[in-house]
Amino acid sequence: MKEVHVDKIVDAVEALCMKAAYDLPKDVEDRIVACSKQEESEFGKYIFDQILENVHYARDNDYPICQDTGAAVFFIEVGQDVHITGGSLEDAINEGVRRGYTNGYLRKSMVLDPVFNRKNTGDNTPAIIHTFIVPGDKLKITILPKGGGSENMGKLAMLTPSAGLEGVKKFIVDAVKTAGGNPCPPVVVGVGIGGTMEKTTLLAKKALARKVGEPNPNPQYAQLEQELLEEINNTGVGPQGLGGRITALAVHIEYFPAHITGLPVAVNLNCHAARHAEVVL
Amino acid sequence: MSETKKITTPLTDDVIANLKTGERVEITGVIYTARDAAHKRLLEEYAETKKLPFDLEGQIIYYVGPSPAKPGQALGSAGPTTSYRMDAYTPDVLKLGLKGMIGKGPRSQEVKDAMVENKAVYFAAIGGAAAVISKSIKKAEVIAYEDLGPEAIRRLEVENFPCIVVTDAEGNDLYVTGPEKYAK
Repeated sequence: MKEVHVDKIVDAVEALCMKAAYDLPKDVEDRIVACSKQEESEFGKYIFDQILENVHYARDNDYPICQDTGAAVFFIEVGQDVHITGGSLEDAINEGVRRGYTNGYLRKSMVLDPVFNRKNTGDNTPAIIHTFIVPGDKLKITILPKGGGSENMGKLAMLTPSAGLEGVKKFIVDAVKTAGGNPCPPVVVGVGIGGTMEKTTLLAKKALARKVGEPNPNPQYAQLEQELLEEINNTGVGPQGLGGRITALAVHIEYFPAHITGLPVAVNLNCHAARHAEVVL
Repeated sequence: MSETKKITTPLTDDVIANLKTGERVEITGVIYTARDAAHKRLLEEYAETKKLPFDLEGQIIYYVGPSPAKPGQALGSAGPTTSYRMDAYTPDVLKLGLKGMIGKGPRSQEVKDAMVENKAVYFAAIGGAAAVISKSIKKAEVIAYEDLGPEAIRRLEVENFPCIVVTDAEGNDLYVTGPEKYAK
């Protein structure tokens, strides 16, 4: 049994919040650079230049890449041989978020109640925490700060089996096309297919935590990702929705077995500032 | 892509008439920030008191909720937020004299109609280029609704603030014509 004290988690989360906000991961930047070379539209090229200049300027000066530093979404893998001491895991994550967003000059974007009291909580808590128990004695914390503009463009369809592959593809491409310039394209398209209603949406979110452009290990799904990327880029939406070759940087699909009656599909979009950071304790 | 036009605020009808969809502009002068929560409160306040916390005549509203300023900055990162969330309020705000909006993403037909009627223009700034954009913001102060935090109304002094005319006062819309050109 390995012991991890909550103080260590608080410190790690504080640092992770800032790193994610300031420093766009290399996988995303490399993908943006590669896609910028394929862009044909004048505005598209100008936008790619601005995006890359912003990435470097933010990284060099520890400024947030985007003012929307997001809801703090966490995927936490807790090894089953890990014993957390000194307090609760959830409290530690929230304390880390409170410190990271305050000390890092990040925007606080959470309101207390979605309907009856939309008062800012003032410290970006509560975090959205998804915890998984896994074999081993490691504690892996991944943050995916999620901006509201792209999150609002998410879609879920409880398709039925007769919709088939064509139905799935149409739903995904339409979701990106209708979103247009709203989610800050070029986007990363996270897709969940299968499972139940909540499972498929969680898969879509998890798909966004993958390294950008890394294909699904299953060749059929890897091929589907490529086909969808081409169709999405053929919509012409382009960078910022102003028209161009590149609407999406990548399509990531995660799938799961489904009930005999169902074919649920969820689309969760991420903006070009596809921030993510992780640490293993 | 056109040469960059330089304009100053407040906007006059002449300047607006010369701004065409697809032109790049740089704005210098005073602009105001407001998002949906501030729009809602602004209109409620006007309905009750017939007064506004600032004069809207000829002004530009920037849809932004900035991150806090670090020491030495006027304002933190400050890129545009998605504009359609303001669509429900925009026609009423245009009637009160607003002439320009800066945001990102397409607007409703109602908003575009109201823009033609009130001779107003909609600019796009680049969403997610927030740190670079803040370089053109020289001064910022909260002038209303401080309790809204990042959503408070701020008066910004900007110099050569870069954006693109997406919808001009004739209702031409780059969010429609741009993608059509590249669709396969």
